[in-house]
Amino acid sequence: MDFSFTEEQTLLRNTVQSLLGDKYDFDTRRKIVKSAEGWSQPMWQQFAELGLLAAPFSEELGGLGGGSIETMILMEEFGRHLVVEPFVETVVLAGGFLREGGSPAQQEAHIPGIIGGETVWAFAYAEPQGRYNLADLATTAKKDGEGYTINGYKAVVLGAPWAQKLIVTARTSGGQRDRDGVSIFIVDKNAPGVSTRDYPTVDGRRASEITFENIKVGADALIGAEGKGLPLVEKITDQAIAALSAEAVGCMGELNKATVEYCKTRKQFGVPIGKFQVLQHRMVDMFMAYEQSVSMTYMVNLKLDENEAERTKAAAGAKVQIGKAGRFVGQQAVQLHGGMGMTDELNVGHYFKRLTMIDTQFGNVDHQLKRYSTAA
Amino acid sequence: MDMSFSPQDLAFRDEVRTFIAENYPKDLKSRRTRGEMTKEEILTWHRILYKKGWVVPHWPVEYGGTGWTTTQRYIWNEENARAETQALLPFGLAMVGPVIYTFGNEEQKKRFLPGILSADVWWCQGYSEPGAGSDLAGLKTRAVREGDHYVVNGHKIWTTLAQYADWMFCLVRTDANAKAQEGISFLLIDMKTPGITVRPIITMDGAHEVNEVFLEDVKVPAENLIGEENKGWTYAKFLLGNERSGIAGVSRSKKAIERLKSIATAELVDGSPLLKTDEFSRKVAELEIDLTALEVTELRTLAAESKGAGPGPEASILKIKGTEIQQRITELTLEAVGNYGHVNVPTGDLTGNEFVAGPDYSNGSAQNYFNMRKTSIYGGSNEIQHNIIAKMVLGL
Ligand SMILES: Cc1cc2nc3c(=O)[nH]c(=O)nc-3n(C[C@H](O)[C@H](O)[C@H](O)COP(=O)(O)OP(=O)(O)OC[C@H]3O[C@@H](n4cnc5c(N)ncnc54)[C@H](O)[C@@H]3O)c2cc1C
Ligand SMILES: Cc1cc2nc3c(=O)[nH]c(=O)nc-3n(C[C@H](O)[C@H](O)[C@H](O)COP(=O)(O)OP(=O)(O)OC[C@H]3O[C@@H](n4cnc5c(N)ncnc54)[C@H](O)[C@@H]3O)c2cc1C
Repeated sequence: MDFSFTEEQTLLRNTVQSLLGDKYDFDTRRKIVKSAEGWSQPMWQQFAELGLLAAPFSEELGGLGGGSIETMILMEEFGRHLVVEPFVETVVLAGGFLREGGSPAQQEAHIPGIIGGETVWAFAYAEPQGRYNLADLATTAKKDGEGYTINGYKAVVLGAPWAQKLIVTARTSGGQRDRDGVSIFIVDKNAPGVSTRDYPTVDGRRASEITFENIKVGADALIGAEGKGLPLVEKITDQAIAALSAEAVGCMGELNKATVEYCKTRKQFGVPIGKFQVLQHRMVDMFMAYEQSVSMTYMVNLKLDENEAERTKAAAGAKVQIGKAGRFVGQQAVQLHGGMGMTDELNVGHYFKRLTMIDTQFGNVDHQLKRYSTAA
Repeated sequence: MDMSFSPQDLAFRDEVRTFIAENYPKDLKSRRTRGEMTKEEILTWHRILYKKGWVVPHWPVEYGGTGWTTTQRYIWNEENARAETQALLPFGLAMVGPVIYTFGNEEQKKRFLPGILSADVWWCQGYSEPGAGSDLAGLKTRAVREGDHYVVNGHKIWTTLAQYADWMFCLVRTDANAKAQEGISFLLIDMKTPGITVRPIITMDGAHEVNEVFLEDVKVPAENLIGEENKGWTYAKFLLGNERSGIAGVSRSKKAIERLKSIATAELVDGSPLLKTDEFSRKVAELEIDLTALEVTELRTLAAESKGAGPGPEASILKIKGTEIQQRITELTLEAVGNYGHVNVPTGDLTGNEFVAGPDYSNGSAQNYFNMRKTSIYGGSNEIQHNIIAKMVLGL
């Protein structure tokens, strides 16, 4: 039993900490979010130069040979700084699909661009009617000679305005919610027939609604076997859940620190408000929620390669924990800051908003409870 | 004990329902889909009710009240909620108006009440300061008497909609040496007086709802003092009591739950309505039950009030439970809309061509949820309300 980090992992944490400490303070982040692009390409380049985008890829693929623990470290730090750049979308999701399902040719074609920071990806999977069911797809891909023709509509594709490439789930056979018949495609965002409408999200990111109208892709766009994509989608989204758990831990850690600090200094009735026992107990509950989330985050990141049932329980369990803890910690951090907690100026509200959105990504508490309880 | 409406009450209900249907402007969309309203839009319904003579049902008849029974007022609120009419601003009608007719002199009543009724004068509440929130009696804004006026210096914060205000009712310190609660006075200040600066505070949902108000050597005529100097705390607390009971918002919450249910019917899980899932339907049921309990609690309070008992410290129950329910509704609404909860509805300077993704009902649900976190903070935070019940009701 050992929960300590290796020297390399500690080094990685130090690297990202010092980068973000120097270059991603809250004011800088605010400027990035308010800019026309909504993200910082130069920052992304720095991530690439420091090897952050290479961390979870094997050395054969040009990476640094890390895994989920490296991703976890990065994501926690990204959470602490509310980083908006599309690491989950590009490295964890697209990188994960290519790493675990891509052919050698696909890996060779696309992974260097991810590691080098040249190509940004987004994952177009959700549809308006599908809610959190990854198999509920009205988007279709019809066999068309050697390749496929894709038609459909994808909702709230996070990071899509910044992406050149998309991973798209579509149905190649079967009924709308069948487990069989789901296929995974690589699609160029600027391919003829792809149209996007971009907009900001409440947590300072950008997303798109995407319509696919008779998009032609070649056979080489298919990741894995035709119609057999769902297990891979589940596996990779569980990896994303593990990453988001770490991000949530980063957010909660900062909120708790800020709240305790505030309650020690803010005076009302002649005493620091932290002297009121009801607030003390509240902060203890916030602290416990945080610690339980750290535990579940370690757990899920250590279990991503277990069999499907184990992995599902680990991911669903972690997502339930961070969903509940994130809501509680976020709400109470605002509450204990009083009026100040409501402002846009203070970072507290921004962590709260991010935590709220993390709960909806890849299925909220209710969805994950159901997944957990039905996992074999 | 009787919880049903009499035939007269039912006739009254039909009358007001018809009035609202015939007079509420169709184009005045309720603030549901955010996008800030103009000052005039906010006042539209107020002005219509003023013409009808129904703008202050709760005031004594001599000052413009309708003389309705408690039940009729309850029905009136219900019907407004049902039709999702624009809520009236409380600052004049519910807050300073009653202070003026209760504690003001004849001159002040003549001067200020008509503008409150007609909505020609917009009021804001200048209570909180950076150092005085929950501990309101710790306020430091100074008013020094010089001849026939006061000179006011200080800093108010969280002043709701002060950007539109013509006047502010303000708590100021007139005796720096007295015990905190005993050196406070209640002053009415014209916002156009030189020395007043209003600075916006943007909240996390992107709205411009609150402000900072800086007062620098502001000259306020002494005749704008309500009641006696240094007795302001009494008037302030009287007002807080009114604020607290209005805050339960039962009728509006009922309507909001109806809306939540219709959203959860439109939203699908595996092809069937979200509302049909066990998890979600139980959460909505729990919320409805909480609201039913609160409604009857409020009716009990109103019944006691109509027998002459003022809103006592029990009114804190209405504040705590009412705001918890309002917050829970927005939380479940956000949950119901699923992925489209991410969408930010633009605020501030808009071109009118902004794209807002998702079905209409989903628009602004996250921002509403964020915004409603304020309700457990303002009007005496929910922690303070717990303290009040502990101290005043339980005697702890
Ligand atoms: C949207 C909004 C609109 C507002 N509008 C107005 C307005 O129009 N006019 C106006 O004057 N004010 C207004 N307020 C101010 C509001 O009344 C104050 O925010 C409120 O009184 C809390 O004060 P504070 O923000 O200074 O928080 P603090 O008093 O610093 O409280 C911080 C935290 O400590 C807790 N706390 C404090 N004392 C105790 C205690 N004794 N025991 C236990 N817990 C305690 C509080 O509950 C809170 O959780 C508004 C506030 C908001 C957010
Ligand atoms: C805009 C605005 C609206 C407000 N609305 C309301 C309202 O509707 N209703 C309302 O009652 N208040 C409201 N408040 C809060 C109000 O300012 C006071 O907190 C409250 O009225 C009690 O004031 P007090 O100073 O007379 O009481 P105090 O006796 O000084 O006590 C204030 C509160 O703090 C607690 N307290 C004080 N000292 C301690 C301590 N050492 N340890 C633990 N607890 C302590 C008390 O139990 C009590 O609940 C509002 C404030 C603002 C700014």
